[in-house]
Amino acid sequence: MTEKIGVYVCHCGTNIARVVDCKSVAEYAKTLPNVTVARDYQYTCSDPGQEMIRKDIQELELTRVVVASCSPLMHEPTFRRTVQDAGLNPFLFQMANIREQCSWITDNKELATDRAKAIVRAAVSRVNFNEPLEVKRVPMNPDVLIVGGGITGIEAALQIADSGKKVYLVEKEPTIGGYMARFDKTFPTLDCAACILTPKMVSVGQHKNIELMSYSDVVDFSGYVGNFKARIRKRPRYVDEEKCTGCGQCEQKCPLSVPSEFDCGLGKRKAIYRPFPQAVPSTPVIDREHCLYFTKGVCRVCEKFCPRGAIDFNQEEKTIEVPVGSAILATGSDLFDPSLIKEYGYGRLPNVITSLEFERLTHASGPTGGKIVLKNGKPPESVAIIHCVGSRDTNYNEYCSRVCCMYSLKTAHLVGEKTEARVYEFYIDMRAFGKGYEEFYKRLLEEDVTFIRGRVAEITDVAQKETEKGKLIAVAEDTLLGMVRRIPVDMVILSLGLTPRNDAIEVARTFSISRSKDGFFLEKHPKLAPVSTAADGIFVAGACQGPKDIPDSVAQGAAAAANVLSLIDRKEVELEPTIATINEEACSGCRICISLCPYHAITHDEERRIAVITEALCKGCGVCIAACPSGAIEQQNFTNRQLFAEVEAVCS
Amino acid sequence: MPELQADRTERSLADVFLEDIYSIPGGEKIKECIQCGTCSASCPTSYAMDYTPREVIAALRAGILDRVLKSNTIWLCASCYYCTVRCPSGVKLTDVMYELKRLAVEFGLADEKAKAPVVSKLFVDLVDKNGRISEVELVSKFLLKTNPFAAIGMMPRAWKLLVRGRMPLVPHRIKGISELEKCASTISEVSGLHAGTGKIEKAT
Amino acid sequence: MQARAEFSYYPGCSVEGMNKAYDKSARVVCEALSIDLAELNDWNCCGASAYMSIRELRAHLLSARNLALAEKEKKDLVVVCPACLTTLAKTNHYLKEDSGFKRTISAALKAADLQYMGSVKVRHLIEIIVNEVGEQEIKAKVKRKLSGLKVAPYYGCQLTRPFGEIDDKEFPTMFDKLLQWIGAQPVNFPLKAKCCGGLLMMTNEDVGLELNRTLLNCAAENGAECLGTLCPLCHMNLETYQDSVNKKFGTDYKIPTLYFTQLLGLAFGYSRKILGINEELIPSQQITEKYAKVV
Repeated sequence: MTEKIGVYVCHCGTNIARVVDCKSVAEYAKTLPNVTVARDYQYTCSDPGQEMIRKDIQELELTRVVVASCSPLMHEPTFRRTVQDAGLNPFLFQMANIREQCSWITDNKELATDRAKAIVRAAVSRVNFNEPLEVKRVPMNPDVLIVGGGITGIEAALQIADSGKKVYLVEKEPTIGGYMARFDKTFPTLDCAACILTPKMVSVGQHKNIELMSYSDVVDFSGYVGNFKARIRKRPRYVDEEKCTGCGQCEQKCPLSVPSEFDCGLGKRKAIYRPFPQAVPSTPVIDREHCLYFTKGVCRVCEKFCPRGAIDFNQEEKTIEVPVGSAILATGSDLFDPSLIKEYGYGRLPNVITSLEFERLTHASGPTGGKIVLKNGKPPESVAIIHCVGSRDTNYNEYCSRVCCMYSLKTAHLVGEKTEARVYEFYIDMRAFGKGYEEFYKRLLEEDVTFIRGRVAEITDVAQKETEKGKLIAVAEDTLLGMVRRIPVDMVILSLGLTPRNDAIEVARTFSISRSKDGFFLEKHPKLAPVSTAADGIFVAGACQGPKDIPDSVAQGAAAAANVLSLIDRKEVELEPTIATINEEACSGCRICISLCPYHAITHDEERRIAVITEALCKGCGVCIAACPSGAIEQQNFTNRQLFAEVEAVCS
Repeated sequence: MPELQADRTERSLADVFLEDIYSIPGGEKIKECIQCGTCSASCPTSYAMDYTPREVIAALRAGILDRVLKSNTIWLCASCYYCTVRCPSGVKLTDVMYELKRLAVEFGLADEKAKAPVVSKLFVDLVDKNGRISEVELVSKFLLKTNPFAAIGMMPRAWKLLVRGRMPLVPHRIKGISELEKCASTISEVSGLHAGTGKIEKAT
Repeated sequence: MQARAEFSYYPGCSVEGMNKAYDKSARVVCEALSIDLAELNDWNCCGASAYMSIRELRAHLLSARNLALAEKEKKDLVVVCPACLTTLAKTNHYLKEDSGFKRTISAALKAADLQYMGSVKVRHLIEIIVNEVGEQEIKAKVKRKLSGLKVAPYYGCQLTRPFGEIDDKEFPTMFDKLLQWIGAQPVNFPLKAKCCGGLLMMTNEDVGLELNRTLLNCAAENGAECLGTLCPLCHMNLETYQDSVNKKFGTDYKIPTLYFTQLLGLAFGYSRKILGINEELIPSQQITEKYAKVV
């Protein structure tokens, strides 16, 4: 039976019609074999445009449809639905790209029209060999894995758990809370970070739908959307979570103090510890590297004093496997290492501190009980705050870290609130983009902070005059004055930029997602799909996708949750049928395809000695098809017949 | 404001300069300058400059070059490269300074009081003549040209150096000097890394 | 003593002239360390910053000729002057980065039957001594430990900038390490890589003196008994003009300034005369008598 093909040449306003003579292309299409009708139209994707196609299918009993317009990435789904609505299998539709691949690459009308004709000719020839295909549906496991228990992960977990779904929340540290738990106040409202965070942390800890696995990581993640398997390693705390009441006796009695990571090394913690008082879970952890029992075989004081006998030095690492249907990565970011910028003196000059170290100093439960002091214990009389440390710099990170301008303002405010110090803020630009942000900047201007528009070139302790002796001197050009200034201060606070975490590469590999040029996780589309990834069912949210503040992190956490709930609600997942299929008779069992498949979708059937594709895992990338020496693999909707027909038509 | 409206000849001169600067490796980067001032603050001699390095870049981009080129700024650059290594936009400022020096000399726009162009031109003459520099010859000719009276003030030091054998008086001429001349003659250079295109016209 | 890679030695115009002591002491030390320093035959001036301020392509041509000559001898170039280092290395870099530039230079070299394929590496002597010879051998060669001699190691600008391939661009450490190996005590010297002004001492003396005063002040404040240098121009500015600094600012600096090769030579047991230390303007007997004792 010969096919009846309908061809529709789109003007796309002037996008295509400016260069391509759409009318003549349509006329030309009419002359091609098997073409029943050929029309040109202004905006084929519009409702009337689609209606026109549907009418033709029904009235003219078309068996194939070709639309020559934009890229399939744009409207292939649109036209497939149109065609399906009219009763035709959506895969009997073929898109011919005469925009991105034709009208957008040349201004020469003759060339463009000729090329468009060739493209249409190819599509028409190919579509004869299109086969009807059915979309596969697989069940969707409603359980969700969330990796990372900072504010983003917490938000996503609560949203999903509140809707009745089960969440596995995996957090690397002994407690959830992330960076936010270490902040004192947050901009622009100057809310106390712990006050707004801890209620959410408690909700997570108590939620019946959230299984919190702290001090754990995901070591393996396999499967496909709706049917993933996560292997989670739970590291031993040496404290029984069931028995422990969080009374804190063990911490009190422990004789060994070590620098506290939570306090950036400025304060101390015990070898058995909770990172901070409101930790969730409140079960402490024994630090194996320092604990006297583990290193020298002595002590065990915590065990003696624990009223519930919860200490268990024999606890072992446990690995469990949980099936989930989707995952959200909310692993957060890290801070730039300022010792790389030697001219700022971090690590060499005392009283050059980082923004996070400052947060710990000013925090009520920090190492100085909230007092801002120098290394000698005295309060500073003058403080310099330096923007853009490690950001906007081709020597380190090119991107802007988004939050530093605002947190620098907050820092300036806190210094002013707690000390009598004169504050100098050195900036290049003031990025106050959010709600209430510009107003916050105005507030700081009114608080007598001295703003100097100039990037600090160096911090030095070499005095050039009496007033500089014993001080740290920030050298910057006041660009608004056109004068290089040397400002002697007691304390320098470096506003560090955000960087991807140092384990981002591993996490990306485990979850098979990509990273962008700056190292953060890559979203599917920066504007329209900021929390999705190229991997179906895996979402990213928060600072791991790019530097962002708390409002945006929370928004992304909720967005990811919405995406996940939408998937779950559909109960089934649709899989594209344009996957690879193996002709079992032609397969020689050489296994070349198996090692090449980036999605581990092919396995070897020992009995029949052939390769077998797990359809749900196959993404139709085509690598196995190209590699198969027997030509035994073909891709549905991209068969050799279809492709050769296209090529031959172009060349004719 | 008359200064803001760049003179027509000035503007074409600026275009010429910019064209040349864009041709040196990294030259186009000046377009990415965010005017942060790191260069000025890093520069050991900026305290003595009429215009800071950052202002020079701003002037280049604005096409208002005259006063910058006549100032002492470019001749105070000691090529210490602090600006270049610290610039967050990757501007190769030291190379830009070299280019500005060359263009200032070529177009006769150097500050008359500046001694650096004098010593540099002498340097070039001596190298072209002998293939090597005799410091004694360089310094003495330089002093005679710029400040003969200072030569008298230098006598004690010169004497001290002489008695210690640190004043070789006979310049060495390399054997391959004519070879070097032959090589140099293939480069009909006015200025710029891709020079010799004849596009640059001298200022009147 | 195992044979080390052979180098073509590029002295540079400064050490032929007023700073011959640097060349003398370098040769002595290299002989002691079996570093073969065959002088590059008929080398020409590198042009430094002065030539580059007037002519660009011809300045690069000067470097290219030297590189071509060194390539003919199939050896890497060793220099003792950081300005020569930067100038030669810059040409080397640009030849690799810019093919149009490479064509022009290649055509120019051809006029003298020369060619340069890009194989020569340009290195400073201190880097070769620290990296190729290394701690063990240096320590073994020390006959007079300069025990406790407080030296402010002055690196200057162009050893590590702009390329930063040899050592850190802001706070290099290789000179400090070398001093420790010979028993001396490198003092804290935060301005160790700050500019001495170079030729500015000649063209703008006020600025030159100011820059050097800052350096001398920092060295003195940190207890330096001696300044160590690795560049003839820096040496000239710090040493030969120390009295001018004193005259202008009313200071009283008398800090002996020695090349790193002279310090090494002293540690290896050589005499002041052979190392050209007697040619210094600022007397340094008190430190050599006090510290350069036989081990």
